[in-house]
Amino acid sequence: MLSLTINGRKVQGEPGQYVLKVAQENGIEIPTLCNHESLEPYGACRLCLVEVTPKGRNRSRLVVSCAYPAEEGLDVKTDTPRVIENRKMVLELLLARCSENKVVKEMAAKYGIQKSSFKENYLEQNDCILCGQCVRVCNEIVGVSAISLVNRGVTKWAASPFFEPAPDCIGCGSCFYVCPTGAIKMEEKDGVRKLFNWKREFKLLQCESCGNYWIPDAQVEYMMRKAKLPRDFFRVCINCRK
Amino acid sequence: MNKLRSRQDLDSLRARLQAERQRTRKPTVSVCGGTGCRAYGCIAVGDAVKAELARQGIADRVNVMITGCRGFCELGPIVAVMPGEFFYQRVKVEDVPSIITETVVNGRPVESLLYTDPHGKKYQHQSEIPFYRKQHRIIFGNNGEIDPTSLEDYIAIGGYSALSKALFEMKPEDVINEVKASGLRGRGGAGFPTGLKWETTRKAHGDLKYVIANGDEGDPGAYANRSLLEGNPHSVLEGMIIGAFAIGAREGYIYVRNEYPLAVENFKLAIERAEKAGLLGKNILGSGFDFIVTVNRGGGAFVCGESTALMASLEGKAGEPRVKYIHTAEKGLWDRPSNLNNVETWANIPLIINNGSDWFRSIGTKGSTGTKVFSLVGKVNNTGLVEMPMGITLREIIYDSGGGIKDGRKFKAVQTGGPSGGCIPEELIDLPVDFDELTRAGSMMGSGGMIVMDDRTCMVDIAKYFFTFLEEESCGKCVPCREGIKRMRQILTDITEGRGRNEDIPLMERLAATLSDASLCQLGATAPNPVLTTLKYFREEYEAHIRDKKCPAGVCKALIKYYIITDKCVGCQLCVKACPNQAITGQGKKKPVVMDQGKCIKCGACHDVCKFSAVGID
Repeated sequence: MLSLTINGRKVQGEPGQYVLKVAQENGIEIPTLCNHESLEPYGACRLCLVEVTPKGRNRSRLVVSCAYPAEEGLDVKTDTPRVIENRKMVLELLLARCSENKVVKEMAAKYGIQKSSFKENYLEQNDCILCGQCVRVCNEIVGVSAISLVNRGVTKWAASPFFEPAPDCIGCGSCFYVCPTGAIKMEEKDGVRKLFNWKREFKLLQCESCGNYWIPDAQVEYMMRKAKLPRDFFRVCINCRK
Repeated sequence: MNKLRSRQDLDSLRARLQAERQRTRKPTVSVCGGTGCRAYGCIAVGDAVKAELARQGIADRVNVMITGCRGFCELGPIVAVMPGEFFYQRVKVEDVPSIITETVVNGRPVESLLYTDPHGKKYQHQSEIPFYRKQHRIIFGNNGEIDPTSLEDYIAIGGYSALSKALFEMKPEDVINEVKASGLRGRGGAGFPTGLKWETTRKAHGDLKYVIANGDEGDPGAYANRSLLEGNPHSVLEGMIIGAFAIGAREGYIYVRNEYPLAVENFKLAIERAEKAGLLGKNILGSGFDFIVTVNRGGGAFVCGESTALMASLEGKAGEPRVKYIHTAEKGLWDRPSNLNNVETWANIPLIINNGSDWFRSIGTKGSTGTKVFSLVGKVNNTGLVEMPMGITLREIIYDSGGGIKDGRKFKAVQTGGPSGGCIPEELIDLPVDFDELTRAGSMMGSGGMIVMDDRTCMVDIAKYFFTFLEEESCGKCVPCREGIKRMRQILTDITEGRGRNEDIPLMERLAATLSDASLCQLGATAPNPVLTTLKYFREEYEAHIRDKKCPAGVCKALIKYYIITDKCVGCQLCVKACPNQAITGQGKKKPVVMDQGKCIKCGACHDVCKFSAVGID
């Protein structure tokens, strides 16, 4: 165990943990958008910025807490004026990009921002903040890497290869579940699941017990291959398995 | 050349090569083969030299060499003749016969090809020419003495003697201590102490380590690394082998930007020849030390010059930086300890090993030892690559080597360090150039780009230019850089097009602070420097654009007006012909022309073509 101080309070952390995790475990809130506990830290949204002073040093530095390893004797401050000012500017920039997005608007409002200082909505009705979670979950957890972040700079975009229907997508919907702003659109109707962003449609299997459509056949195929499971395993949905 | 299996083999070969060159002592015609001179047609000049020598029946009595870049790129093709240290510039194919007859055969100068300074004085010897006089060409000087594709040339001038000394007379720790003591700081831009980086990598956990050379050189206007890789690739390679020995690495990579084909070709050739000679690969010179180097071409992105983005690119991923709270010296390429240094940094190593850290410290300043190669470009008379001892002033670089401002105009600012650097005004022109002084002035050393600007440069336009560049090159991962740079560029565009608002300057300053504090990598973090320095030193220009909707330098098209100064106009109508939009009409012979402002597209052609200064800019 390590001891560090967050906002004047002494807390304990484990070696290998990042400061963000230690804070969260101790009930200290730090805003995030691109962080997910199951994914490797990405450091893209910059909202989780904190001021840290390592033990024995007298100058603090601004770091992203999602990726800064906890150290013995580290002093962490999560809400200094410098941190707040940077968070506000980041939110103003996001608000200018996604001015109609509910999640971004709410986060900005929490910091007193109703309107961005910058020209709004340069991409029409855009909800994507390029946090990369969809791509990262598909790559790190699901393991099919069906989608990617393409292009560079402001034209960066989460997309299927060449913007064509993503051939490797298994329709699991993990991207939809992790997306913090609702930029990934998924719909289910009449036993078919549509993932609009990746231009794919998937037939869903019906549970033999409750009759609900619950999992895409493509995902079943993948899981059978990956985890060496028999098809029988998927005859009953997870809700009915208890 | 047979494989060299021992130190003695190398020493004997060197002695033999040197004796041979001494004994035959033929006159040598060296044609500069750098990219700049190639663009000017130096290869044809080289062929003409060979042809003329054959025609005169003396081909077996004269050496012809295509050498590495000599640095004075403004005046290519450059041809040097020894003995006599004759330096000829702007040599055309038609000039070759007189060079051979007058100089090679009869030892006399061809006056018309000698360098002439703005006062009309002619110079025969390279070392006396003002461009070269204050330089200290310890790294670059050899470019003109060797054929970069010849390993023998490099060995003959002492090449690989430093490697030999390190492998057989020193322990790896000794090498690191020598580099630490020399005070060498990274020449890529950040100026991190090289010896310290080597030591950290050596001490890092892991058996498999890498040394990497950064040849991405993305700053617009900087080409010092290019000329070094093209002109003396072995100097960089030797440095890398010594570094690998010191750090304990067995594999190395050199990342060369895709747009440098000649550099890639010459470096690959250097690797091939060094391997064949036993200077690279298994059991180097019989020392038991193994080391291989692979050339990797860049994907075409400025951000790949950033160390973690470069390593991602080497791994086959998109060039995107990652958070770097754990140094790449501990976890770099494929999560293994990796030592990345700039190409110029590597080239300093053989010199330090051969001459010692005391010698190196005697050059430059206390905090910045050694020399730096600068790409001196822009509105100077002499554009090219200059190698200066650290501590020399901007004034000496720009006026002594650079020959002062082109067309007799007035100096306004010099931009150092590329898009990460800032603009330094006249009041600081006596600033000694070193890492810390430049940083204190709000700029930075960067990779050594030095863009000189005159009074016809609009500083707001310059800031806009750099932000336009960075907007395209940002990888797009983090919010401050991706969104912030775009917004900064939008604001600057608005200002240059007459839509500036009073709140723009404070907004830009706030945005600059976030870019600096919150960006993921140094591309974003240093991006504000052009705007912050121009705001600091040239605030009145911004205010003129915003408040008065005027561009004092006469550059921003939306804010300027071209007009005819009727009492100066003699009615020659050159401007009428030059105007692409028929905005000017002649009124008859010797009568002043008339301009239709509505049709004027502000291209400036009339202004450029008028010999009577009768076109004014408002």
